[in-house]
Amino acid sequence: MRVLVDNLGAYVGGLGTTAALTVLSFALAMAVGVVIAGFRVSPVVPLRFVGALYVETIRNTPLLVLLFLFVFGLTKLGVLYGYFTSAVLVLGGYTGALVAETVRSGINTVEPGQAEAGRALGLTFPEVLLRLVLPQALRRVVAPLGGLFVALIKNSALASFVSVVDLNSVAEAVTNRTGRPLQAFGIAGVAYVLLAVPSGLGVGWLERRLAVTR
Amino acid sequence: MARTAPGGDAVTAPALAEQLGPRATRQVRIVSAVCLVVLVGGAVLAVRRLSERGQFDPVLWEPLTRVAVLRFLLGGLVNTLLAGVLGIGLALTWGMLLALGRLSRRRAVRWLVGGYVEVFRSIPLVLLIAFCALGLPIYGIGLGPLGALVVGLGAYNGAVLAEIFRAGVLSLDRGQSEAAAALGLGYWSALFRVVLPQALRRMVPAITSQLVTLMKDTSLGTVAAYEELLRRGRIAGESGYNLLQALFVVAVVYVAMNFTLSRLAARFDRGRSPVNDPEVQAALSAAGGLQRSRRPPQGRRS
Repeated sequence: MRVLVDNLGAYVGGLGTTAALTVLSFALAMAVGVVIAGFRVSPVVPLRFVGALYVETIRNTPLLVLLFLFVFGLTKLGVLYGYFTSAVLVLGGYTGALVAETVRSGINTVEPGQAEAGRALGLTFPEVLLRLVLPQALRRVVAPLGGLFVALIKNSALASFVSVVDLNSVAEAVTNRTGRPLQAFGIAGVAYVLLAVPSGLGVGWLERRLAVTR
Repeated sequence: MARTAPGGDAVTAPALAEQLGPRATRQVRIVSAVCLVVLVGGAVLAVRRLSERGQFDPVLWEPLTRVAVLRFLLGGLVNTLLAGVLGIGLALTWGMLLALGRLSRRRAVRWLVGGYVEVFRSIPLVLLIAFCALGLPIYGIGLGPLGALVVGLGAYNGAVLAEIFRAGVLSLDRGQSEAAAALGLGYWSALFRVVLPQALRRMVPAITSQLVTLMKDTSLGTVAAYEELLRRGRIAGESGYNLLQALFVVAVVYVAMNFTLSRLAARFDRGRSPVNDPEVQAALSAAGGLQRSRRPPQGRRS
């Protein structure tokens, strides 16, 4: 208990950083994911190629390797971002590849008749995709997307490798300061659970709200 | 599970597939040409930028062809594979034990194991590995770098796999265990000889994708100072002043390794895609969805 009381400020700060990292990267991931999924189902072959290349490369590379490449590698090219921004960009880009696959699988479940009806009405491909197919596809994959959000909370812990002071690095710092790892890591673990559980409940609520009953 | 080769003939979504007329064909060609020009232009610019900064200088790449460096990196790859195999062994065993606990007839066991699974699934793997590597030695439990990594991987992935196993068992028709009971099989023999063989087979895609994730997560061994591929790549890159090049090589090796693994798994699993099975879907979503699933389950038809 003393470990918590003495380091309350640090933990609250870490919790805030972790939450901010997760929310910002997820927003980026959704944007990236929808665009890449659109690429992968478009009739334009170069775009399909780019989409497939992006997804296969990103999801077969460990997140940590991507993070190091971005943070330590790109500095050599004069591309400089702050650590927090870099972490958001990498986490968002990585999760974006997973979101893209989820959204694509959602698009695949939309009945062909929907797109046919759109075309019969004279809508163009982007219109069919954006106004007809995607709105239906997205609400069918709310649960897997929620799973990705919860996974992102955990993945955001890797930001501590590039000097972002999140929950994970607070736990390590408190261990070093107090010599009580069980408490130091335990508190951080509880904090992660506190983030994950409401997110899971929120996803369930969203899923029920958006479900289409037929 | 529609899987496509990178850049290969992607299966266009059925909803959007159409026979293009002459005008649409022309439009698609024009858009394709424009995109191609933009992409090639972007690639050329990136390469020019890299060469302006001297990143293609042979001085930076030459160290990566030296025998000593190659040996060093290869040793890292061997360490990665070793940690991966040990981690997979531990995670599968532990996951099976936990799944049996969660399906136990004793409520106390179910609750206890359920608590473990929920907690360990929700905390980051790095946190666990860091605890095993930095925390446990303070209590006199020194696991060593490899031990800390493997225990962390096993504790976390065991919880994730337990949920997958359980979802597989729950997705199986009740009739199977009822039939087994009717034939006079006891609880355990019904479970091991009737239910589990079928349940596990259904879950092969989910299990293999989790195991590929585990292979990627061996790169977290760097917290435990375990000299796996990524750590050795960084060491080589920092001592040769060619970090970008070394990390690039490491990334290529990881992509090759994981791509081969998922290809093998897909081949092993050809012809069956139970993740599309509505019963499996329902069970998975009841189990809280697959966390960190590399291959997200197909969306459900409602």
